[in-house]
Amino acid sequence: MEEFTDIFLMLLLIAGTLGVLYVSNLFVATMLLGAVSLIVALIFVTLDAVDVAFTEAAVGAGISTVLYLGTLAMVGSKEKTRSKKSPLPLLVSLAVGGLLIYATLDLPVIGSPDTPVQTSRLTDRFINVSPNEIGVPNMVTSVLASYRGFDTFGEVTVIFTAGIAVLMILRQRHTRREEEPIENPTNPDQKGSLHDIVPHVVSKLLIPFILLFGLYVQFHGDFGPGGGFQAGVIFAAGFILYSLVFGLDNLKQLISARFVEFLLAAGVLLYGGVGVVSMLMGANFLDYNVLGSTPVAGQHLGILLVELGVGITVTAAMLAIFFGFAGRPDEIEDSNGH
Amino acid sequence: MFFDHFNYWIFVILLMIGLYTVMSRSNLIKKMIGLSIFQIAVFLFYISLGKIEDGTAPILLEGDGVIYSNPLPHVLILTAIVVGVATTALGLALIVRIKESFGTIDEDEILLQEEDK
Repeated sequence: MEEFTDIFLMLLLIAGTLGVLYVSNLFVATMLLGAVSLIVALIFVTLDAVDVAFTEAAVGAGISTVLYLGTLAMVGSKEKTRSKKSPLPLLVSLAVGGLLIYATLDLPVIGSPDTPVQTSRLTDRFINVSPNEIGVPNMVTSVLASYRGFDTFGEVTVIFTAGIAVLMILRQRHTRREEEPIENPTNPDQKGSLHDIVPHVVSKLLIPFILLFGLYVQFHGDFGPGGGFQAGVIFAAGFILYSLVFGLDNLKQLISARFVEFLLAAGVLLYGGVGVVSMLMGANFLDYNVLGSTPVAGQHLGILLVELGVGITVTAAMLAIFFGFAGRPDEIEDSNGH
Repeated sequence: MFFDHFNYWIFVILLMIGLYTVMSRSNLIKKMIGLSIFQIAVFLFYISLGKIEDGTAPILLEGDGVIYSNPLPHVLILTAIVVGVATTALGLALIVRIKESFGTIDEDEILLQEEDK
């Protein structure tokens, strides 16, 4: 039965990606990519990676689909077929694939317990020592926020930087070389689909639960699958849903773009601040043992604060990026009108 | 023998599809989608290295003798997915700007315009 599920999901995955490759309508390709992401999330579950599956489902099927659709609304969804076709890409892909398949023959069977990955001393520490040393049942969280806290700090900084970069690129007033009007597929009268009562009612019912679920994922990440990254994405998805149904202006009244920028920096500062405080208390950067009365209490407090920092930055980055994309058509109209 | 490496081969095929999309399609959005597919193949490969036979998710259970899958690849890929969507957003923002200054997001047409200058 397990093999059957595995083979079925894998073939579905290949079929989905081939669909993405060959369909020429980019809207369809984006939706198919979202479906592929969901299949990938299911495969992650079968491979015991529940935290990763969570993230993939929220990011791949949720946020990134919204970003692609936002872009398509501005650049158009028709893909032109290439006039000159060259056999080179196919040959290169086949050569790379052939080499990799040759390399897989030396790889251990999936799931075998005597691979270097499973017998490493680190693995033993993470699985057998961490529940007592860190006191957090979810090993992924203790590795993410404590053992590899410095690495995660780097990841959060990358997300922060990407958010800032998107804002810088999309805030620039655009200058077109030819003075042709841009065809704008979103009709301003229908923005936020004000006339659709079903999405209105359904999303009004759903949004509180989405936000509540985000909080649960954030603060329950020590005990079950979850944590700052997933919670941040789910939280942002709740706000983005609100904006899609009720319009961007309503969302901006709720949280202004300036506040989102403030949060974007605040999360990274909170994360770094925990590290600085632990340094001031005489330990290494991001060594939480000194933060509480006992090392385990210190680890708990440290992980809680750090995950909160991650959650805040991820929420703010996703919202800032969404503001950048969703606000762009208005600016184009403004500068065309003047 | 065949099913021992079946999953790896699927990941390789996925990677090939992603690579082929990036190289053969001239539409910039399609190229970004190709990169995403490529990325998914790498994620799946990492996660399957952490899988252990009869294992369960690395969340502490009551009782002895429970086999847990390796949490380290999960941590690496979890952060990589969120960083991946942030960098995808950066790429899409650049595509929006390219559309605004060239009027097209087709690589061949952009190169033609650049040659004409």
